[in-house]
Amino acid sequence: MKKVYVNEDWCLACHLCEYYCAAANSGAGSMIKAFAGGKKPIPRIKVEEGSGINFAVQCRHCDEPACVKGCITGALSVKDGVISCDESRCVGCYTCVMSCPYGCIVISEDSSVIQKCDLCLKNNNGEPACVKGCPNGAIVLEER
Amino acid sequence: MAINYYQPLYEVMRDRDRCIKCRACERQCANEVHSYDEECDVMISDSRQCVDCQRCVSICPTNALKIANNPNTFRQNSNWSQQIMTEVYKQAETGGVLLSAMGNPKEYPVYWDKILLNASQVTNPPIDPLREPMETKVFLGKKPKNVKFNKDGTINTDLPPTLELSTPIMFSAMSYGSISKNAHESLARAATELGIYYNTGEGGLHKDFYKYGPNTIVQVASGRFGVFRDYLEAGAAVEIKMGQGAKPGIGGHLPGAKILEDISKTRMIPMGTDAISPAPHHDIYSIEDLRQLVFSLKEATCYKKPVIVKIAAVHNVAAIASGIARSGADIIAIDGYRGGTGAAPTRIRDNVGIPIELALASVDQRLRDEGIRNEVSIVVAGSVRSSADVVKAIALGADAVYIGTAALLALGCHLCRSCQTGRCNWGIATQRPDLVKRLNPDIGYKRLVNLIHAWDHEIKEMMGGMGINSVEALRGNRLMLRGVGLTEKELEVLGIQHAGQ
Ligand code: SF4
Ligand code: SF4
Ligand code: SF4
Ligand code: SF4
Repeated sequence: MKKVYVNEDWCLACHLCEYYCAAANSGAGSMIKAFAGGKKPIPRIKVEEGSGINFAVQCRHCDEPACVKGCITGALSVKDGVISCDESRCVGCYTCVMSCPYGCIVISEDSSVIQKCDLCLKNNNGEPACVKGCPNGAIVLEER
Repeated sequence: MAINYYQPLYEVMRDRDRCIKCRACERQCANEVHSYDEECDVMISDSRQCVDCQRCVSICPTNALKIANNPNTFRQNSNWSQQIMTEVYKQAETGGVLLSAMGNPKEYPVYWDKILLNASQVTNPPIDPLREPMETKVFLGKKPKNVKFNKDGTINTDLPPTLELSTPIMFSAMSYGSISKNAHESLARAATELGIYYNTGEGGLHKDFYKYGPNTIVQVASGRFGVFRDYLEAGAAVEIKMGQGAKPGIGGHLPGAKILEDISKTRMIPMGTDAISPAPHHDIYSIEDLRQLVFSLKEATCYKKPVIVKIAAVHNVAAIASGIARSGADIIAIDGYRGGTGAAPTRIRDNVGIPIELALASVDQRLRDEGIRNEVSIVVAGSVRSSADVVKAIALGADAVYIGTAALLALGCHLCRSCQTGRCNWGIATQRPDLVKRLNPDIGYKRLVNLIHAWDHEIKEMMGGMGINSVEALRGNRLMLRGVGLTEKELEVLGIQHAGQ
């Protein structure tokens, strides 16, 4: 299965992936609209930086996902290797937030549910927005 | 300073309706133009520092930025232009020599744009390059005068060493130091994939790049940086740099601050020392001296590699080229006054040298007149901007061209001409690790390969239109060229007729 991988050699810590991610999943249709009026949609990817090394982190779509195992309502599930969240079932207990070893699960703006990377399968982006938007090929979607 | 004698050249314009305050521009501008004011939740810009490299414009996710010329003008004066006045103010402030980068930007004539190509009509029909074979392969080096036979009647194929190019384009000399390691890697990998050559420049060859040796031209310049046995052996050809189009008669100076560990090892000089290339080679004061160096290098490489001598196009270039052809060199590279550089005194860059088109035409003619054209190949450089320029250069007599600026453009350079500051926002003319990173060679080399493939297609199409099916047949074919808007003298030097003739 194709997964998103990051290459810290080329990450510039420009944080654009975060913005492309947030906009793609905001449902607003455009970057400007997503952030209009001071809105701050939350990205599902986070750039870690410092000491000259930067990289973006998002869900690793683990083979043995701790988040899915821990989910108390079955909101998180694995389908074709992609782990996604059924927000209608999430009760906002944050068990998964605490169990993800990579810290890749974020909390929605109104704190009611969790949000996570689902490789842009649910939005209309077609391919992961971070991969498409990264200016330096530091995030790739590939089979390994 | 309380009084700003001169004003910023550009104005950074941010469309606040579009800006989402992502701060990407702030993070990507090494000139620290953009900043975010948390208190007022607003992005602000300091246009004074902007060099118009277009990096922020290119990465802004909402297209919120425009860099415009500062509309502020000094009182109009055709003699004392704003630029000249600004330069006087700057020098009055600093007391220093003005430095610039990249090629001469002044409004001198561009002869490529005053030359038109021919096409076949009715007789000698055009050739469709997609249906019929079309050869862009060329060999650079000495060409034997006649065919020699062995005693048993077979052809003696013992030829002087040559360079084989899949298309008549090479990447010109840009040293590691003046450009980044990632830029070098992009050039080296592209040359290898394309079956052409890139040139180390005078900065030596980084140990990681020896593997690209078969597609590398190694340069020996007046500073002799990084020259030793393995270096000479690594390359496919050795180039002696006598001059550079951007700064004829001037040496080079890479400040000690840029001589970091890797560069110091590659150049074989201590870390932090200035790398000074003298203006002359201290052992070359005549063609005889040059001949000695040519043959020392041939001897050192067992006569297996062609030797290139590179000169700047200056006033008596034809006579100089004739001397070089007689010095034993296999290839002459001529660099026109529009050639690029990482740093040159502005006055030299803008006022010294001659156009490559004229230099090429007169050198080719002179070597033909003297019957020694086959002794050397001619490679021209100094602003070859498109495949049309390549075709015109070949028809004027060149065997191949060197491209430098066009290659850097493919890598992202936007010709802000601030290379000398070492803060290239595109990761090209810099050694700052965070900036070098911005040029990912995996992306860079593919863009170079695309560029040359595109040019190769266009060259074939233009040749096909003329009914010519190989670069060999186009070379020196000045009947395929006509001038427009040129004087008798210019046409005479170019050796072409005027359009309509
Ligand atoms: S967009 Fe690419 S380069 Fe920029 S922070 Fe994200 S991964 Fe790094
Ligand atoms: S990159 Fe564009 S959107 Fe982001 S802060 Fe700069 S101007 Fe605004
Ligand atoms: S120097 Fe380049 S990156 Fe900085 S503001 Fe000017 S154009 Fe943008
Ligand atoms: S190499 Fe970099 S600094 Fe030099 S002109 Fe190009 S963009 Fe500007």
